[in-house]
Formats: sequence, C-alpha cells, structure tokens
Amino acid sequence: MNNILPWISEHQQMIYIVILMIFVGIEVIGRVPSVLHTPLMSGANAIHGVVIIGAIIVMGKAEDHNYIAIILGFLAVVLGTLNVVGGFVVTDRMLEMFKKKK
Amino acid sequence: MEVHILTLCYLIASVTFILGLKMLSNPATARRGNLVAAAGMTIAILGTIFLYKDDDGNRLHNYAWIFGGLIIGAVIGTLAAKKVKMTAMPEMVSLFNGMGGACAALISVVEFNHLAHGLSADATMEEAAGFFATVDKTMLLIILLGLIIGSISFAGSMVAWGKLNGKVKDFSFKGQHMLNNILFLVIIGLSGYILIASPQQTVLFFYIIVVLSLLYGVFFVMPIGGADMPVVISLLNSFTGVAAACGGFLYDNKVMLTGGILVGAAGTLLTILMCKAMNRSLMNVLIGSFGGGGAAAGAAQQSAGGGTYKEITLSDAAMVMSYANKVMIVPGYGLAVAQAQHVCHELEKVLEAKGVEVKYAIHPVAGRMPGHMNVLLAEADVSYEKLLEMEQANEEFKSTDVVLILGANDVVNPAAKSDPASPIYGMPILEVEEAKTVIVNKRSMKPGYAGIENQLFFQPKTSMLFGDAKKALQDLLAEIKNV
Repeated sequence: MNNILPWISEHQQMIYIVILMIFVGIEVIGRVPSVLHTPLMSGANAIHGVVIIGAIIVMGKAEDHNYIAIILGFLAVVLGTLNVVGGFVVTDRMLEMFKKKK
Repeated sequence: MEVHILTLCYLIASVTFILGLKMLSNPATARRGNLVAAAGMTIAILGTIFLYKDDDGNRLHNYAWIFGGLIIGAVIGTLAAKKVKMTAMPEMVSLFNGMGGACAALISVVEFNHLAHGLSADATMEEAAGFFATVDKTMLLIILLGLIIGSISFAGSMVAWGKLNGKVKDFSFKGQHMLNNILFLVIIGLSGYILIASPQQTVLFFYIIVVLSLLYGVFFVMPIGGADMPVVISLLNSFTGVAAACGGFLYDNKVMLTGGILVGAAGTLLTILMCKAMNRSLMNVLIGSFGGGGAAAGAAQQSAGGGTYKEITLSDAAMVMSYANKVMIVPGYGLAVAQAQHVCHELEKVLEAKGVEVKYAIHPVAGRMPGHMNVLLAEADVSYEKLLEMEQANEEFKSTDVVLILGANDVVNPAAKSDPASPIYGMPILEVEEAKTVIVNKRSMKPGYAGIENQLFFQPKTSMLFGDAKKALQDLLAEIKNV
C-alpha cells in the first residue's frame, strides 16, 4: 500500500489520460453502423501504428557499437512503418468503394 | 523551444486520432477521417525525428537507419496494400496488425537490454540478483507488459492471417483450453517473480516469457473457427493498441499513450459490436465452438444431411426469374471470390428492363468481413437503395418470388434457427425459405466456411445452379436476354 499510493501520485497524469481515453474511445465509435465495422477496425489498426514513434526513439538512441540494439531497432522501425502506411492505405482503399455510390 | 513544438505536434496528432475515429464511424465522413488521422500521424513522426530530445538534451542519431527503415516499410506497405485483392483485405489488416505487435515487442526487448546494460557479462550470481533489485520496477513492469501483449498480438495475428488465406487449418486438441490457461498463468507468474524477487536469472526468464507469449498467441487463435477471424483480428487490434500505450508510458510520450489506449478501448467495443452482429457472445467466439464442440454436432449433421437436392438448368432458371414479379439476390463470399459483382449488376438491369423488381438482401456478416458485400456491390455501381439490411429483407421475403443466392451459405442456413446443436445456432439469418422459390448458385455441395451442412439445399423449393458465380451469371444473363 505504501508503495502504490505514491506511485499513483507520481504517474497521475498518465493515469488520467488512460482513463479519459478509454471513455473517449468507447464514446466516439459507439454508433458505428455494421457496414463500417471493417474499415473502422482497419483505421484503428493504422492508428495504433503510433508505436512507430517508440521505434524511432529506440533506433535514434542506439549507440554505434550496440549492434543488437541497431538491428532490433531497425526492424522495429520497418515493422512499425508497415503497420502505419499499410494500415492507412488499406483503409483508404476500402473506403474508396463507399464514395462511388454517390 | 523545439521541445514545445514537439509537444504541439503530439497534441495535434492526438486530436486527429480522436477526430479520425469519430469520422470513421460515419459513412459520409469515413474516408476523410482516415486521411485526417494519417496526417496527424505524419506530423507526429516527423516531429519525433527532428525535434525529439531525451532527458539529457541529446538529439536522436542514426538518421540513415531511421529513414532507411521508414522508406523500406513505406514502400512495401503501400505496394502490399495497393495490390491486395478486395477479398484478401481482412487478412492484410491482420498482417499489418501483427507488424505493430512485433514492433511493440521489439521495443520492449531493446529497452530491457538497455536496462540490463549496466550488468557486466561476467557478474556473479549474487551481483546479478543485486543488480536487478535496483532496477526501476515500474519501467520493468511496463516493458514486460508491452512485451507480452505485443508478442501475443504478433503471433495471434500471424495465425489469423494464415487462417484467412487458407494456409493454416483450424486445429484444436483435447485440453487445449487447459494448456492455454496454464501457459497464461506461467507467463503472469514468471513476470511477477521477476518483478518481486529480482532473481539472478532475470535475463533468462525474460526470454522464456518472450517464447511463452508467442506460443500463447498461437494457441489462443488456433482453435477459433476461420469464420470468426474478423472478430479475433479486431480483438488483437485492441491488444496492439494497449501494447503501443505501454511504449507511451515507457517514454512518457503522450501521443503513443493517447493513440494506443484510444484504439484499445475502441477496438474492444468494436469487437463486442461485431459479436453482437452475429448474435454471439465474445466468450462463445473465443472458446471456439467451431473446434471441440462443433465436431460432434458436425458428425450428427452429416448423417442427417444425406438428403437429395435438385439441380436447375440455366434456361429454367432464366425462365423463372424473367416471369417473377420480385427477385431478391443474396450475395455471399462466392460472389466476391468470383468477382461477379459487375455481372450481377448487369443481371439486375436486364431483369428490371423486363419489369421485374430486383433487390439485394445483405446479411451483416456475409462474406469474410462485415460490410464486405456493400463495398463489393457499391464498386459495381449498384444503387444504395436496392441493398436491404437483414430485418428489412426478412420482411420482404414473403412477397418474393425468386431468391437467387450467390455463393452465400452459413448466413442462410436454417440450422441457426432450428438446431441448438449447430455451432451457428442463434445467429440471425436471412429467412430465404419464406420466398416461393430459392435458386442457389454454388461451386459444389461442399459446406460453407463454418464447415456445416445446410438443410436449405435439400428443401423441395430449393434448386441448385452449380458453377463459378461469374460464369453462371454470364450464362444466365445470356439466357434471360433470349427469353
């Protein structure tokens, strides 16, 4: 208990963000029609590609002689970019089909 | 100054993610929503590359590696996403999701190595234990969380991808769920042990956790039926969101935290909504009723399914449809595979020219992903008003003369209403047997994706028109023009 309370105070900003974002995430897509389930899943998939930022930081911090960090970091950047770019492009292609009907 | 600009970049990106998701859930704004989120992502990435400084004020280096990775990923990602066929899009999403999960797991591995860096290679056991006791436990907890969730998401997505493109078959064995639960408990137990007791073999245990998490991801998805993959992908999608958020905690990075948690929450709700569209609970999907329990039911059905079916000739089918007042078309995966949507639209126009009313009955989960059929038919310029949702369609079947089923199976299987032993029992279906005549176009009598027989095909009012949907429709079209 003595450890947890200070821990919460110390990280309260983060905890606030987590709690608020859970509600925002649920609220924002609450009324989605079933037609859009798949494009929405795909769009959300692209958004969690923000993990790429972590990969860039890892890569950018790796010391020159630390080959393991460089190789793993590089791999992480490639995979993260695949997630972001591929995710947004696939979503756009799915949604392109919806536009035509007008 | 630069740090403040970076903060602003992250703030803008976070807002675009929320706005993007909001716009994505409305058909009119969906496409713009996707672009808005993509723009925000670009700002966040560029900001990080050029403006990021760590706590000591050091800039990032290794720019060649960073840009190399970005370019390789962007080129492959764009090409893959552009070239993928409409029918293969869900598996593409799964693949990209797996990449994100792997990325999060790799970040954790690198950060753990960084953490363990202070430990010299020839340290004694006692020194090692002492070293890990001093490590920041919050950091270690977040690293472990990101590692476990990311690995599960990666391995699970790869299996889901393999299942959707047919490379991996449904597979389950007795005691599978037991094994899964044990695996899960061992992962949690080992992590807790590392955190609390700081054992000397921390490094070894860390890599054991990696392997176990990957295994758990595989076993988690393996027993779930191929038809449920969209739900599983959506769930794994929210997992990756949480893994990304762990990165946000690790680097005190608000945009990663916002984006990750946002997707985690929205993805979880979306998963539940998808299950609701199939009238199943998430538990029911995850336990994998297409695996264990389904086998017995399947065997029972096979003996019951030995009835006789009748075929219809093209000219008869053409005749019946030309003289009908109302024809309802039920599209399914077969239509998508054969890419027959344009011929289908053509058929609709020819029939309407003959004074036949033509409509489409769309089941929410027809095809391999929700909304699959709407997208496909919209591509062929089929008017939006002609697409009936399930409830509407079910009301209109009573006044329908001919139902033409194009490669749909499970969504019209009456067992979902009548047979409690059936794995799809309880799923709302299109009640096509209310119509006067049913014509089913299929390639063969093989069961649908859920792997179960369909009694509809053996009913007296049903007749079969075998063949590839595109070929059959083209021939049918020619016959109808001759009538």
